[in-house]
Amino acid sequence: MTVPLDSSDMPGPMKHVRKALPHDSAEMHVMGTATYIDDMPEPVGTLHVVPGWAREAVRGRIVSVNLDDVRSAPGVVAVLTAKDVPGINDCSSSFGGDPVLAEDEILFYGQVVFAVVATSRDAARRAAIRAKIEVSPITPILTPEDAIDADTTVLPDYQFRRGSPETGMTAAEEVLEGSMRIGGQEHFYLEGQVAMAQPQESGGMMVYTSTQHPTEVQHTVAKVLGVPDAAVTAEVRRMGGGFGGKESQANQWAALASLAARFTGQACKVRLDRDDDMIMTGKRHDFRVDWKIGYDLDGRIRAVDMEFLARCGYSPDLSLGVNDRTLFHADSSYFYPDASIRSRRLRTDTCSNTAFRGFGGPQGMLAAERMIDAIAIKLEKDPLDIRKLNFYDGERNLTPYGMPVEEFEVMHDLISQLEESSDYWNRRDDVNDFNSANAVLKKGLALTPVKFGISFTLKHLNQAGALVHLYTDGSVHLNHGGTEMGQGLYQKVAQVVAEEFGVTLDKVRITATNTSKVPNTSPTAASSGTDLNAMAAKVAAAEIKGRLIEFLCEQHQCGTDAIRFSDNKVFVADESFPLSEIAKQAHWARIQLSHAGFYATPGITWDRESATGRPFYYFAYGGACAEVTIDTMTGEMTVDRVDILHDVGHSINPAIDLGQIEGGFAQGMGWLTTEELVWDEKGRLRTHAPSTYKIPTAADIPADFNVQLYKGSGNPQSTVYRSKAVGEPPVMLANAVFCAINDAIASLSPGQIPNLDAPATPEAIMKAVQDLRSRRPSS
Amino acid sequence: MRDTIRFLKGGQVVELENVGPTETVLDYLRLRCRQTGTKEGCGEGDCGACTVALGRLVDGKLVYQPVNSCILLLGMIDGAELVTVEDLALDSKLHPVQAAMVEFHGSQCGFCTPGFVMSLFTLYHAHGQEKSRKAVTEWIAGNLCRCTGYRPIVDAALDACFDAADDAFSWRANETRELLQKLADSRDVFIGESDSFFSSPATLDGLAALYGQHPDATLVAGATDVGLWITKQLRDLPKMIWLGRIEGLERVESSPSGVLIGAMATYETTEEAMSDLSPDLGVLWKRIGSKQVRASGTVGGNIANGSPIGDTPPALIALGTTLELHSSEGSRALPLEKFFLDYGKQDRNSGEFVTGLFVPRPSSNQAFRCYKISKRFDQDISSVMGAFRFTIDDGTITDARIAYGGMAATPKRAEHAERALTGALMDDPSTWGAGMQALLSDYKPMTDMRASAEYRMETARALLAKALMEISGTAPDEIRVLAIREADNDRAA
Repeated sequence: MTVPLDSSDMPGPMKHVRKALPHDSAEMHVMGTATYIDDMPEPVGTLHVVPGWAREAVRGRIVSVNLDDVRSAPGVVAVLTAKDVPGINDCSSSFGGDPVLAEDEILFYGQVVFAVVATSRDAARRAAIRAKIEVSPITPILTPEDAIDADTTVLPDYQFRRGSPETGMTAAEEVLEGSMRIGGQEHFYLEGQVAMAQPQESGGMMVYTSTQHPTEVQHTVAKVLGVPDAAVTAEVRRMGGGFGGKESQANQWAALASLAARFTGQACKVRLDRDDDMIMTGKRHDFRVDWKIGYDLDGRIRAVDMEFLARCGYSPDLSLGVNDRTLFHADSSYFYPDASIRSRRLRTDTCSNTAFRGFGGPQGMLAAERMIDAIAIKLEKDPLDIRKLNFYDGERNLTPYGMPVEEFEVMHDLISQLEESSDYWNRRDDVNDFNSANAVLKKGLALTPVKFGISFTLKHLNQAGALVHLYTDGSVHLNHGGTEMGQGLYQKVAQVVAEEFGVTLDKVRITATNTSKVPNTSPTAASSGTDLNAMAAKVAAAEIKGRLIEFLCEQHQCGTDAIRFSDNKVFVADESFPLSEIAKQAHWARIQLSHAGFYATPGITWDRESATGRPFYYFAYGGACAEVTIDTMTGEMTVDRVDILHDVGHSINPAIDLGQIEGGFAQGMGWLTTEELVWDEKGRLRTHAPSTYKIPTAADIPADFNVQLYKGSGNPQSTVYRSKAVGEPPVMLANAVFCAINDAIASLSPGQIPNLDAPATPEAIMKAVQDLRSRRPSS
Repeated sequence: MRDTIRFLKGGQVVELENVGPTETVLDYLRLRCRQTGTKEGCGEGDCGACTVALGRLVDGKLVYQPVNSCILLLGMIDGAELVTVEDLALDSKLHPVQAAMVEFHGSQCGFCTPGFVMSLFTLYHAHGQEKSRKAVTEWIAGNLCRCTGYRPIVDAALDACFDAADDAFSWRANETRELLQKLADSRDVFIGESDSFFSSPATLDGLAALYGQHPDATLVAGATDVGLWITKQLRDLPKMIWLGRIEGLERVESSPSGVLIGAMATYETTEEAMSDLSPDLGVLWKRIGSKQVRASGTVGGNIANGSPIGDTPPALIALGTTLELHSSEGSRALPLEKFFLDYGKQDRNSGEFVTGLFVPRPSSNQAFRCYKISKRFDQDISSVMGAFRFTIDDGTITDARIAYGGMAATPKRAEHAERALTGALMDDPSTWGAGMQALLSDYKPMTDMRASAEYRMETARALLAKALMEISGTAPDEIRVLAIREADNDRAA
């Protein structure tokens, strides 16, 4: 499986790849000239669409919808309901069940019932709240317990099972069990959901959409309008953040804009109000995890039994893949000899939970860390020792789903380097000293690993296309199926293409992702953007370059090794020519200077049905060490120091990768500390604005924050320039913060396992502290 | 009378005749001017994506403040210089803060970036800021970024913002000052008709007369709350009276007996005086809203509209603050706690408005402490806010003033606990128990998105204990996470 490093993957000094270049749009970002969809010039007559909903309803039958006052409101041009949908009224990314406009049922708090089209956004918003919608309420199913009692799921259960966990549990010297709750997370992309649709001749529709999945927007709009896919074009130049929240969740707004555009014949724009956005769109799945672990007195795991109870919301959306990935990561970095790892995809009458950076993986890994911490506390050993003892190694290296962990040495090396650079053991002593000396404040320390599987677990998504043109002035038009949401994909791909053509970056024109240029694309998700699209673009560029080389060999009667592309020039033996000149000559010789490149990840053989095969091309690794201080009177917490070492293979752009690592960590830390989604007893989301939903601010990032890229030998797999994917894995670095908080609480009562739930808000910390204090001292 | 507003933009005076009473600066920029560099992230002043800078003369000095344009009324920039992200680069040469943001990789998706750039622009022009990570993180606490984890932005700020300003704005500062002085007139501004207008009277008498005529008008000070009535509640507010041009209302006067705060004094301008009253107040002040909110928001406005989410009233009540109200009928003063009648209901008569408040300085035998508990340290609203002033004579509490926020529908004194603690001995923690117990009869807190009732009650008691532990000196070592946080900052610096 592993391809040895060959020299062609490691050419000499590079001009563009492995350079810490700024984001391609950095200058436009700081000048305010980078164009987002709401910044685009509006065609004359552009109308604005605002979704309307039943503001008190959570679950129930729609009895009546009176929109008279909406229609008569100033500026209103049209009011659309499900009856106005010419095609299929569904915007699901998977198995259906996501009506664009509700028909006769309200399935969750915030479901869209109608859409107001007005001459201004303000007029549409004011009109939308005038609707009178009568709903006959049905008691909603809100909690995992409600759903289990009602036995209601959005998708069938699924599991990984290896060996005999029952026997393993019996044979183990000790057994521990517990249950933890892991909260969801709002994406809080700074640019909310937005789409602008422009009707084209002959039933066509041009949709500008802030989406990670333009192809799906295209297909959804076609389906809703009842036109062929070919009649619809979706385009996105950049998103103001995605994080998974615009993978499937952008569909509905693009569909509404298109529906309104079809209905009125005018350009129509939907830009959600922040509160509507937070109420209506799906979030990271929240879980209850019931776990049981058998281990020996040396701390080695014998058997694991885990059940992941996910609140999926009202529809399947992406819950299959998300929950599968939870199972794929329920081992974190640890070998489970016998294991039963089960997943229930519970249906609740809440917004439909969706993709979020990590895609279920973080929850699986956090549960694994909880079990390790429990063993360590019970055995009164350091959690890091228990972690290392259970790491995959040369012999114990099969995951519960049967894929070998080939790079276990990278994991060991990375963690031991971090152990040293973070000065873990001396700081452990310092923390112990602090805790002996302080009654109210307690410190905690944790060093946790990350191992994240790279590839879509839906095999067919692991493909990408790119379209590259070389123009006769030597400039290059670059297009591919990946979308830019801030992660620097466009720049990385441009660096790869510039390297391939030997041109300076200013010659490479980055263009908006567009379904009419590269069709049938996969979402930009699963951290795969660069792995897939840079490879496809490299293939396209290499093909054009190959044609030029062939042409030049014939012209100059030389061998291919006499030809070199560099500095916007082509070197043929001792002569050099501007690339523009060669391009012109080739064009005159009727050589095609455009190519559609294609790439499919090799070696993926996962079969979900039988739960066998290899789901991941490779793993990305990382480690984080966090120190925190908690106040055991109030539950307040501060993160004192964080050290991170993360493996990105050979980085294509170290500055961009560092940004992904730091930003991913911060986002993970927010998920596990301050970001709390609260639904009230009626099932209404109460945290639907930044005033009540708290993502980290600058001061929450520890002053002492040390982040390094792991210096290894590159990706053993033949990825683009031996790099590794970096989008999602860093989120799970934040597990160290959560485990450190747990460690601080545990210091109050040695031998007792705290019941800390995520997020560790002051209240959650106090709850765990009080729970620990209320227990009898351990015997 | 003037029926226009006038402000500076790009070195030019802009005069607008058409100003809607609830039109925001952000809508003006994006919809009217089609200048789309300034972004809307949340529409409620909590994310900072819409940050613009306002230049005003303060004691003759040109001061740039960051403000959230999404909840700032257009009429409120009258007399100021408006600076947006489009104004910074000179002939496509980046401004130093823009260049630093690029150099340090401070943008990823870029949507929050214009807001950060504008916040950093105001830091770049700030006078006498000590160069530190803490100074930066406090300054940008009102700018949310979801991509970077902030480190590169903080580094960019540290690199670019602490040298003497040397940009187009500093070069033309004298000219700007002159232009702003010319714009500062003492005419009342009234734009619109009698049933729909934006107005900003220049005198207190003018205000009393206008408000007397239009008691249904909305008085607006910093608009950090009223702005949300417009953008989020979509309220119809056809008559808007802005208090920002009334001379004297912005006063902050410190004396040995206390601090007099005019109704238009912002959190920003009162911070120093409050910090001087008590270090805890200084900390609290810095944790109210964000830099943007503190630059616009007023202490008086927060009280006057009885916002249930005010974090300062408990502290002010514990200190024995009195409130001054004025109308065309005359003036009156009352203890602050009496003003809050019930949830959303205040003791304010028709046509009456808040002119200021007086915060007594704790005397030498008084000890004051206050604590804010929230999910996030910066720019969050407290789940529990506790404030305590104990008068201590010979080691005995002779008077206790205790007030909490988050424990009732209004900021409320803990009368039972106050009585129970009177006579308690500072050196004998066993005499404190009755006070802690009495809190149970003082409050029946609610469960909401910020905390449960149980947590609130437990924490209220913990904060009282903490105050007593700190004041009595019986606290074992350090008992505030905040102190650790500060130490972490110092260690890393």
